[in-house]
Amino acid sequence: MIRVENVQKSFGDNHVLKGIDATFLEGRTNLIIGKSGSGKTVFLKCLLGLHDTDEGIIDYDGRILSEMSKEQRRKLRLELGMVFQGSALFDSLTVEENVSFPLKMFTNKSKAEIAERTNFCLNRVRIENANHLFPAEISGGMQKRVAIARAIVMNPKYLFCDEPNSGLDPKTAMVIDELIKEITEEFNITTVINTHDMNSVLQVGDNIIFLADGKKVWEGTKEEVITTDNEEMVNFVFSSELFKKIRRAARKEQNLP
Amino acid sequence: MFITKFLEDIGRYFILMGEVFRRPDNLRMYWIAFARDLYTLGVKSLGLVCIISIFVGAVVTLQTALNLENPIIPKYYIAIATRESIILEFSPTMISLILAGKVVYNNASTLGTMRVSVQIDALEVMGVKSASYLIMPKIAACLIFNPVLIVLSMFLGIVGGYFAGSITGMISSTEFIDGLQMDYRPFYIYYALVKTVVFAFIITTVSAYYGYYVKGGAVEVGENSTKAVVSSSLVLIVANYIITQLLLS
Ligand SMILES: Nc1ncnc2c1ncn2[C@@H]1O[C@H](COP(=O)(O)OP(=O)(O)OP(=O)(O)O)[C@@H](O)[C@H]1O
Ligand SMILES: [Mg+2]
Repeated sequence: MIRVENVQKSFGDNHVLKGIDATFLEGRTNLIIGKSGSGKTVFLKCLLGLHDTDEGIIDYDGRILSEMSKEQRRKLRLELGMVFQGSALFDSLTVEENVSFPLKMFTNKSKAEIAERTNFCLNRVRIENANHLFPAEISGGMQKRVAIARAIVMNPKYLFCDEPNSGLDPKTAMVIDELIKEITEEFNITTVINTHDMNSVLQVGDNIIFLADGKKVWEGTKEEVITTDNEEMVNFVFSSELFKKIRRAARKEQNLP
Repeated sequence: MFITKFLEDIGRYFILMGEVFRRPDNLRMYWIAFARDLYTLGVKSLGLVCIISIFVGAVVTLQTALNLENPIIPKYYIAIATRESIILEFSPTMISLILAGKVVYNNASTLGTMRVSVQIDALEVMGVKSASYLIMPKIAACLIFNPVLIVLSMFLGIVGGYFAGSITGMISSTEFIDGLQMDYRPFYIYYALVKTVVFAFIITTVSAYYGYYVKGGAVEVGENSTKAVVSSSLVLIVANYIITQLLLS
C-alpha cells in the first residue's frame, strides 16, 4: 500500500501539485487521470523520489520516503518497477539484455537462472522470437511490453506506469492495459498508472484519481464513473458527444437519470 | 552573471564527481562496461594516433634540420630536438587534444542521449548508481589506455623522424641514434605521463559533466557536446601550463 498525504510540488512560480491525498492498494490497478499538463508525470516522479516534494508525506507500507537516507531509497527502488512514458529501454542493449539487466546488476543468480527468469517475463508479456533484436528494431507496442517485462523482472511490490498505452492503436492499448491488470492481480502488486485514455479508465480502473489544476477533483471506481454527477469528471472522461450518449445509455440501464 | 554560472558549474562538477566515485554494486557489470569503453575510447583511436604520430615526427625532424643548417652545430642536435619536442609536448599534449575531440564528443553525446531519452532515470529507478556505473568505467578506461597511446605515439613519432631524416639525407641514421641517446633525461617521460594521466581525467570527467546534465532534446545534446569539447580543451591547456610550471621549473 502507498499512502500519500498533502503532496505539494512547485517549479519556480509554477505550482504543479497543490496538496494531493490518495491511497493506492495492493493487487489493484490505481489510475491517475487528468488533462495533459495536469501534473500526472510530476506526481509519479514524486512518488518515485525522482523529484523531491516541497511538502507532504509519501508512505510505502510504513516507510516514509522523505525520512529515508539515500541508501534506504536505493533499497526501496529494488522493490519497485517503472514503465516510462517513452519506454526508456536501453538502446545499446538487446531486448533480452534489457530485461535481464536488473537481475545481472542486483542478484547473484546463475546464467541459466537469469535466462529462465528473463524468458518467463518475456513470455508473460507475450514477446516471442525477439530476444536478440534491439529496441529500435521492434514496434512501439512491443517496446512497451518489453518495458513491462523489465519492470516486473525483479518481482516488484510496486509498479508504476506512465501512460503505458499512449501512441498505440485502441486494440493494442487494451491488450497492454489488460496485461498490466493481470500481472497486478497475479503477483499482488500495488500498481499506479497514469493515463488520459477513456478506454483504460473504464477497462481497468479499480481506483481512479482525477487530477485537475494540481488538486484531486474526484476519486472512485470505474463503475462509479458512470454514476457520478461530478461535472468536471464527466466532461473529462466523456469528452465527445458519442461518449456522452453511451454514458446516458449506461445510466438508463441502471435506472439512473 | 558569468562568474555565478562558472561557480555553479564548478560546484555541480564536484557533486557529480562525488556521485561517480561510489562503491560499485556489481563489479562484474562495471568490468564489462570497462572493457566496452576501453575498446570504443581507446583501441578505436589506435590507428589515428599511429598515423598522426609518424607524420608529425617526420615533419618535426625535417623542420628542425632545415633550421639547424649551420656547419658549427652538430647534426645529432636534430635528433635531440626531435626527441624533446615529441616527448615533452607533441605526444602528451597534442595527442591528448586530438583524443579530447574524439573521446569528449563520444562521451558527452552518449550520456546526453541517455539523459534526454530518460534511460538515466530508468537506471536510477532500478536503484542503479547511474553516474557511477556510466562514468567510472570511462574514466578508468582512459586513465589506463591513454598512457599506452601516448607512449606508442612517442615511439612512432621518433621512428617517423628517423626515417624522414635518413630518406632525405638530412641526418644519417647513426647520427640520429647517437643524438637520441645523448643527454637523455628519464624525468621527461615521467613528466609526460603525469600530464597524460591528468589530461585523461580532464577529458573524461568534463565530457561526462556536459553529457550527464543535459536538459532538453537532440539539439541540446549536440550543443552540450560541442561545449564539452571546447571546455575540456581549454581546461587541458591551462592544466598543461600549471603542470609544466610545477614539474619543469
Ligand atoms: N522538470 C520540470 N521543470 C519545470 N517544470 C516542469 C518539470 N516537469 C514538469 N513541469 C511542469 O509541470 C506541469 C505538469 O507536467 P506533467 O509532465 O506532470 O504533465 P502530465 O500530466 O504528465 O502531462 P502529459 O499527459 O502530457 O504527460 C507542466 O506545466 C510542466 O511544465
Ligand atoms: Mg506525463
